[in-house]
Amino acid sequence: MQEWANQLCENRQFGSKMTDSKYFTTTKKGEIFELKAELNSDKKEKKKEAVKKVIASMTVGKDVSALFPDVVNCMQTDNLELKKLVYLYLMNYAKSQPDMAIMAVNTFVKDCEDPNPLIRALAVRTMGCIRVDKITEYLCEPLRKCLKDEDPYVRKTAAVCVAKLHDINAQLVEDQGFLDTLKDLISDSNPMVVANAVAALSEIAESHPNSNLLDLNPQTINKLLTALNECTEWGQIFILDCLANYTPRDDRESQSICERVTPRLSHANSAVVLSAVKVLMKFMEMLPKDLDYYGTLLKKLAPPLVTLLSAEPELQYVALRNINLIVQRRPEILKHEMKVFFVKYNDPIYVKLEKLDIMIRLASQANIAQVLAELKEYATEVDVDFVRKAVRAIGRCAIKVEQSAERCVSTLLDLIQTKVNYVVQEAIVVIKDIFRKYPNKYESVIATLCENLDSLDEPEARAAMIWIVGEYAERIDNADELLESFLEGFHDESTQVQLQLLTAIVKLFLKKPTETQELVQQVLSLATQDSDNPDLRDRGYIYWRLLSTDPVAAKEVVLAEKPLISEETDLIEPTLLEELICHIGTLASVYHKPPSAFVEGSRGVQHKRLPGSAGSGDSVDSPDTASAAGVSEAPPAVIPSQGDLLGDLLNLDLTPPTATGPPPAPSSGLQMGAMDLLGGGLDSLMGDESEPLGGDLGGSPALGAGFGAPPAAMPASFNAPVSGGLDDLFDLGGGVGMPMGSYSPPKTVWLPAMKAKGLEISGTFARRAGVIQMEMTLTNKAMSVMTDFAIQFNRNSFGLAPAGPLQILTPLSPNQSIEAALPLSTVGPVMKMEPLTNLQVAVKNNIDVFYFSCQYPISMLFVEDGKMERQVFLATWKDIPNDNESQFQIKDCHLNSDAASNKLQGSNVFTIAKRTVEGQDMLYQSMKLTNGIWVLAELRVQTGNPNYTVSLKCRAPEVSQCVFQSYEAMLKN
Amino acid sequence: MIGGLFIYNHKGEVLISRVYRDDIGRNAVDAFRVNVIHARQQVRSPVTNIARTSFFHVKRSNIWLAAVTKQNVNATMVFEFLYKMCDVMAAYFGKISEENVKNNFVLIYELLDEILDFGYPQNSETGALKTFITQQGIKSQHHTKEEQSQITSQVTGQIGWRREGIKYRRNELFLDVLESVNLLMSPQGQVLSAHVSGRVVMKSYLSGMPECKFGMNDKIVIDKQSRASSEDGGKSGKQSIAIDDCTFHQCVRLSKFDSERSISFIPPDGDYELMRYRTTKDIILPFRVIPLVREVGRTKLEVKVVIKSNFKSSLLAQKIEVRIPTPLNTSGVQLICMKGKAKYKASENAIVWKIKRMAGMKESQVSAEIELLPTNDKKKWTRPPISMNFETAIKPEPTAQTRPTTDLQPRTRTTQPRTRPHRPPAQNQTTQPRTRPTQTSSPEPEPHSPEPDPHRPPAQNQNHTAQNQTHTDLQPRTRTTQPRTRHTQTCSPEPEPHSPESDPHRPPAQNQNHTAQNQTHTDLQPRTRTSSS
Repeated sequence: MQEWANQLCENRQFGSKMTDSKYFTTTKKGEIFELKAELNSDKKEKKKEAVKKVIASMTVGKDVSALFPDVVNCMQTDNLELKKLVYLYLMNYAKSQPDMAIMAVNTFVKDCEDPNPLIRALAVRTMGCIRVDKITEYLCEPLRKCLKDEDPYVRKTAAVCVAKLHDINAQLVEDQGFLDTLKDLISDSNPMVVANAVAALSEIAESHPNSNLLDLNPQTINKLLTALNECTEWGQIFILDCLANYTPRDDRESQSICERVTPRLSHANSAVVLSAVKVLMKFMEMLPKDLDYYGTLLKKLAPPLVTLLSAEPELQYVALRNINLIVQRRPEILKHEMKVFFVKYNDPIYVKLEKLDIMIRLASQANIAQVLAELKEYATEVDVDFVRKAVRAIGRCAIKVEQSAERCVSTLLDLIQTKVNYVVQEAIVVIKDIFRKYPNKYESVIATLCENLDSLDEPEARAAMIWIVGEYAERIDNADELLESFLEGFHDESTQVQLQLLTAIVKLFLKKPTETQELVQQVLSLATQDSDNPDLRDRGYIYWRLLSTDPVAAKEVVLAEKPLISEETDLIEPTLLEELICHIGTLASVYHKPPSAFVEGSRGVQHKRLPGSAGSGDSVDSPDTASAAGVSEAPPAVIPSQGDLLGDLLNLDLTPPTATGPPPAPSSGLQMGAMDLLGGGLDSLMGDESEPLGGDLGGSPALGAGFGAPPAAMPASFNAPVSGGLDDLFDLGGGVGMPMGSYSPPKTVWLPAMKAKGLEISGTFARRAGVIQMEMTLTNKAMSVMTDFAIQFNRNSFGLAPAGPLQILTPLSPNQSIEAALPLSTVGPVMKMEPLTNLQVAVKNNIDVFYFSCQYPISMLFVEDGKMERQVFLATWKDIPNDNESQFQIKDCHLNSDAASNKLQGSNVFTIAKRTVEGQDMLYQSMKLTNGIWVLAELRVQTGNPNYTVSLKCRAPEVSQCVFQSYEAMLKN
Repeated sequence: MIGGLFIYNHKGEVLISRVYRDDIGRNAVDAFRVNVIHARQQVRSPVTNIARTSFFHVKRSNIWLAAVTKQNVNATMVFEFLYKMCDVMAAYFGKISEENVKNNFVLIYELLDEILDFGYPQNSETGALKTFITQQGIKSQHHTKEEQSQITSQVTGQIGWRREGIKYRRNELFLDVLESVNLLMSPQGQVLSAHVSGRVVMKSYLSGMPECKFGMNDKIVIDKQSRASSEDGGKSGKQSIAIDDCTFHQCVRLSKFDSERSISFIPPDGDYELMRYRTTKDIILPFRVIPLVREVGRTKLEVKVVIKSNFKSSLLAQKIEVRIPTPLNTSGVQLICMKGKAKYKASENAIVWKIKRMAGMKESQVSAEIELLPTNDKKKWTRPPISMNFETAIKPEPTAQTRPTTDLQPRTRTTQPRTRPHRPPAQNQTTQPRTRPTQTSSPEPEPHSPEPDPHRPPAQNQNHTAQNQTHTDLQPRTRTTQPRTRHTQTCSPEPEPHSPESDPHRPPAQNQNHTAQNQTHTDLQPRTRTSSS
């Protein structure tokens, strides 16, 4: 560094004395001293050169703060270059010398009045960079003037200066009213002033999440869009990034903004392009999918994204990380562009790796042959990381595209034949995954794998191989030898391998108990006695105990069927993905992490969300206004309909305490088992349920047996459903079924007496122990006795039909009411109704036939085995096109997420996972209709906000509206 | 926003350090040096996060540029800014090298102060910057008040890339269309993907604030026009190109392009890249390169490369250069070639084979015997691709001559060059630079009277897509049968000798054609690694 300063001095050919290289080799003290002398020299040139030297020293990290007063003395000059250098020095050292920095204030204030706009701007720009509290006070007046300066150059500099000042002293900025002035600048005539004002406001707004600083309304948006056409490339970026925070009122506004933003996609600056993509991706959410423009927009997005790949490699990297997100959110955009992601020889490694990722995401049955050929090529490349990832990618293709699995496996076998160590190891790891996805299909390759046992030296590959040996021990003749060979160096292995080895040997023992007793004892003692690793010890003890107490149970536990792995384990979670889409182009999208994960302090912790899709009118309500409304309102109470008091009383007494205390999580699973068992049994007894129930829990027979005990032994929360079920069994004809957790709407009058010659029918639907019931109250308001009741349904959407005759045995005398519960089956003829849940009923008695129609809550149709595996859920969520997603808001619901989850569970809406992000709970839920349609839901509950957001995804999007309605009903009752 | 910007030499010594935000400390400078510059592994990502601080880095020759931030900045913008920074520095002092950076450190600080304010990029067009950031430094006194406000209005104005009052004695505009054919081929010779990426590079020396237009035989435009002109019997037989996508310099009015597909702009002064485009349809490869590699034992390699020209025999490819990479442990090479000259260049690890010219539908080959030193190095040779460069002179389309309509015509179609013998190779756009009639201060007298003159040579020549927008727009478009320009490099706005007369055979006035040299760079990636024996 010393040398450099030296050289620099010579290069710039400072005055004759200064080229003296000896000068720079003097001690630091002497150097400072000399510089001091030069700074105070009378000669201008000498002064300037001295300041330059000071700056050079500063750059290399030398402390030249001692020269502060001398440098500041040089400030009063009409030489702009010198002035700038002095300012540079000031910015660096003012903080360490706050008192002396005041000395500079006068010059700044004076410069802010200079006739030359360049000098005025320079002064205000520099002043904002001097982070000394005392100075900020002096800054206010000049800044106020500069914000209103006649020269746009000064104004645009002053706009940024407000942001600087805000960073030092936010309160001061607010008190001085600078924020309002800044807001006014959005309407400035000069586009660059607008752009800088937008940038400054956006940044300030970030640290005031709740302020209404960036008051975006159609008028300001229009101004911004106008400025967009005129300002510099950087200004366009600021404006586009700001636009992305706006939520249009309706799809029309959204479309008109999109139309004005699309031309930016042809800009040479990639940042302008990506920011435009961000705006479009976000606003597109609001456009109706059937709109022509929607399709046009989708088509317009692909070419610019592809073009980004011909930019410089660093930009390509950023673009690819973003494309990765876009492809997950809207796969249709780039589905035909696979080829552009083929790796080029001279791509930097980081570009290659990202391209590979996107190739896998885009892989489909249509292009899999090409992709595989490419991947096979990559697997012979030189870069080890890249090769590994390519091999892994082949495995992922096999899992993703079932038709290609066979080809993938044979490709992997070819690669194993190359005997390149890391290729073989990676291939074995992925083959293990393929086995888990397609069990009992490709086991013929095990022999080949075993050949390479000795060459494996990485823990992951060793563990994978051991898993394979253990899993297929019965097919490998020398499995015991193979495993034994690993056992020799047990303590040198990594934990991963140790755990896997332990499990594999236990599996082997359970499969071939006679030959391997010794081996299993050896491994158990190694794991439990000689190991310090608690995980390993625990697992060892569990196996030991299992094996010694009940080998049959052990077999059931250890050799239980494993859930299939899902196609995509590396998908970004839908909520996070949505947030990242709002951050396209930024660091968050590069890291694939929300800003809060890497930004300190208050900035960037605001969560951004995509706007709701079209069709749900109230979903665009901003959270602020929504939360303001109705906080104080009490939750709506259940109003029992008349004539059903008994039922409601029972209901109050016996329903599991949903609102007060949720049952412990594990028991809900057990409850399921028990219910299925009983419910299924009942169903088969009555023969009215075509859906095979039960059997959804692995190993449920054992559990079932365990819970076959008298109901008294069950936890309290089981009581209701079980007794309900029993009740139904014995009391089919007898009116009110015992209530249970499932939501049932209050009875309403379906058939008024006036229309049916005195017969009044009110009723409701309920699902009790897996049986859908139509519960009716028949009242005779006529003068004569009614007999010979019968009921029939018209064809309906879900094939509902009476499972038996309407059981009204006694004649109905005048003014008498009778309760009737009619069990329904879902095997009747199907015809789509409008609305979907409409049911047309014909009731006959001795007088006449009467017709009425009613609607049943769709929650009646949620079956008990509607709980999806987590992985399956994730995959299904991904798999269902985004077009099928609809979003709704449930207002004024005052349950916390656990209570809501419990309440819903009562109606067979199962919470599969829960995630809490920044005070917001996300519940991922699944439900299954009687006709096998799955509905996936994401319920967002924010603490303190009575408005829930529910996003529904279903392959049959028609049901979404109904499901949403029943969500609302279930949660509010 | 950007919190700080550092420039390092290859050793990791700081050459420039400018901190904009308080959250970036001096230790960030060292963190980057230790974790990235001195890291053993090659760069695995251009964005590195060290202790919650993100570093964006770009390397130019031996110089590292790093932008630092602690916020969630627009990453694309940061990289675009870093490239821009490099361009600006290059425009001021040439190549970015350690020496140049050190020699100009004051200037760089001054630039950084101007183009990055509190981490927000500001106007970074060199055209504007050079008006007030000069290496003389003492300019402030010399500016008059008018000049000052002119500077500021330009820096903040809508046309920040061009300053007012530019005057040239000769108005000239040069235009080059450079295309690269990017081709990915499987070892079996099957084309996996191919696209042409083209750049339209301009050099403009025009006075005033000229309004220019530029047209392409873009399929969308041509289709629209042929539909419109189908009534008057216009043939739509000319070739149009389906352009997949194009991007434009910021001077181009994008909304106009979006609505009308017309490229209109006020050009920057000097060199700039007007647009880039990409096409994937109907790419006919001008050459085929067929490599044969045979490994003979561990110390010898036999390479044979055949090139076949795939274009019409009447066309000529010039300055062909084929670059065949050789392994790092090459000790000697024997070469035999049928045509041109082939040389082994040890410093570049490549055999360079040059052919002066080659007609279409011909074939040529080179054979090499490469001697290798036995090495213990287990690392495989990466087998870089063979690359090839050549130029062709592209000629205008025959149809251009006979069409008296006002279509914007000849346009580029360069992957499949068409020929028109004995014509100046000016298939690319030409321009008609002219000072604005309003600009009376122009030292040259206006060549033409500003009144519309029906007999005047067309101010708006069909073939000239770049044109000066003047009031002459409404003039009847008399046609010249000779739409092509004179084959000259310059033109002058001085009064034309016969300018007022109508001379249909005269080439349009002040037309400027340019070196219509088509530099096609074929980046063949034939994956020669499968050594066919």
